[in-house]
Amino acid sequence: MALIRKSKQFKWHRKHLLGLRELSVEEITYILDTAKGFEQISTRSVKKAPPLRGKVVVNLFFEDSTRTRNSFALAASRLSADIIEFTQKASSVSKGETLLDTARNLEAMGIDIVVIRHNAGGAPKFLSRNINACVVNAGDGFCEHPTQGLLDVYTIRKIKGTLEGLKIAIVGDIAHSRVARSDMWAMTKLGAEVIFVGPPTLMPTQLSRLPVSVSYSLDEVIEKVDVINMLRIQFERLGGNPFPSIREYSHYFGLTVERMKRAKPDILVMHPGPINRGLEMESEVADGERSVILEQVTNGLAVRMAVLFLVNQAAAQKLKA
Amino acid sequence: MKAILNSGQIEQILKDLTGRIISETPRELDIAVIGIRSRGEILAQRLSSRLSQQLGKDVPHGTLDITLYRDDLNSPQGTSQPQVRTTEIGFDIDDKIIVLVDDVLYTGRSTRAAMDALMDLGRPRAIKLAVLVDRVGRELPIQADYAGYKSDAAPGKLVQVFLSESDGKEEVVIE
Repeated sequence: MALIRKSKQFKWHRKHLLGLRELSVEEITYILDTAKGFEQISTRSVKKAPPLRGKVVVNLFFEDSTRTRNSFALAASRLSADIIEFTQKASSVSKGETLLDTARNLEAMGIDIVVIRHNAGGAPKFLSRNINACVVNAGDGFCEHPTQGLLDVYTIRKIKGTLEGLKIAIVGDIAHSRVARSDMWAMTKLGAEVIFVGPPTLMPTQLSRLPVSVSYSLDEVIEKVDVINMLRIQFERLGGNPFPSIREYSHYFGLTVERMKRAKPDILVMHPGPINRGLEMESEVADGERSVILEQVTNGLAVRMAVLFLVNQAAAQKLKA
Repeated sequence: MKAILNSGQIEQILKDLTGRIISETPRELDIAVIGIRSRGEILAQRLSSRLSQQLGKDVPHGTLDITLYRDDLNSPQGTSQPQVRTTEIGFDIDDKIIVLVDDVLYTGRSTRAAMDALMDLGRPRAIKLAVLVDRVGRELPIQADYAGYKSDAAPGKLVQVFLSESDGKEEVVIE
């Protein structure tokens, strides 16, 4: 029986979601709890609810994306918002318009929420200081991808019950991964121990300042961890030769069937997508019974609905005040 | 603070409501009870077990969270912030007589939200409204089918329902 929780009078006050680093444990937990209430919208006969009726959400994507973009679009439409799709290639940005001008022009059309992905770290924050609409970060440079971090901890919490005390390995190209950073903040705040795993050439600088431990050997950590999150090798961001060959990378850092045999039987295998099959992960593992990769996508929808709902609530409350 | 109902009176009301629901619902139709969070959830559980017992068949119960259907989301009242919780209805509502349960019927706005939320879950044969306290002050054309205590508490007063499962005591008071 779901008994009534005495509400602790926690109040969500952020009209922007820029990153997880700045969020408190309470705020992260509140988003996850709120997301639970949105899950069932996707499973019933009318897959829509009215809380953002009459609101306009802009998908302002300056980088390619399939999952995140579609997930935000679907989340917005399930909450009855209207959605404008903006892509750099088919816009005036190719004519030299600046980010701020683009956003101000969109704002002049009466938009309420901007979902932005940009290759420059800090672009969402810059935007949030210069326009009145709510800003949601859908990935900025190598900084953060907060909704991915949230859906990852949501998925883990849903299956394991809590993150407290879990050991989580994040494997691969950590240096170029905003997912790794958002994951790290969310996971450690919720009480998990995070281990970054990868070749030294793909590790960020100033590792000692981050709340993680580091290993250069997947074989060393595979037996110890409760969750393993395999990052995508981002060929589009890699300069130089960070590893001698793809085969060598897979040999040392790929999640193979062989390595899985040494893992805990209840390990969760995650991947933010899109997968380079056979490179960071063998197909048998990606599609195997410990994989929660598709659950991540489903949960992402609920988490993004919760985020859009909450920033809009905060904006409505601020307007009133 | 003035007590208007004690635990014995609350129990008597639930007994009366159960009797009236049974006498007014054709035997061949399926009944299900759905409570509006938070206090309606508990009252729905109690009504469903009374109905199951007296009808000799299972009358399922569920819980409806109406936050996403509220009409004040974009014009928040006061300082409180609505919290989204889960809707838990583990059965198909199509073609059933749904008894919608709330603790207090006042403006009618929660009931409107609940009806819209239910309609998004399916197409019940009928929706009936059962409430513990029917308070004067409607702002929408909505009335209860099964009402317990009628209250004419003045606007500005707070009618509060306490139930043992959530509050450790059984009482309805006006503050």
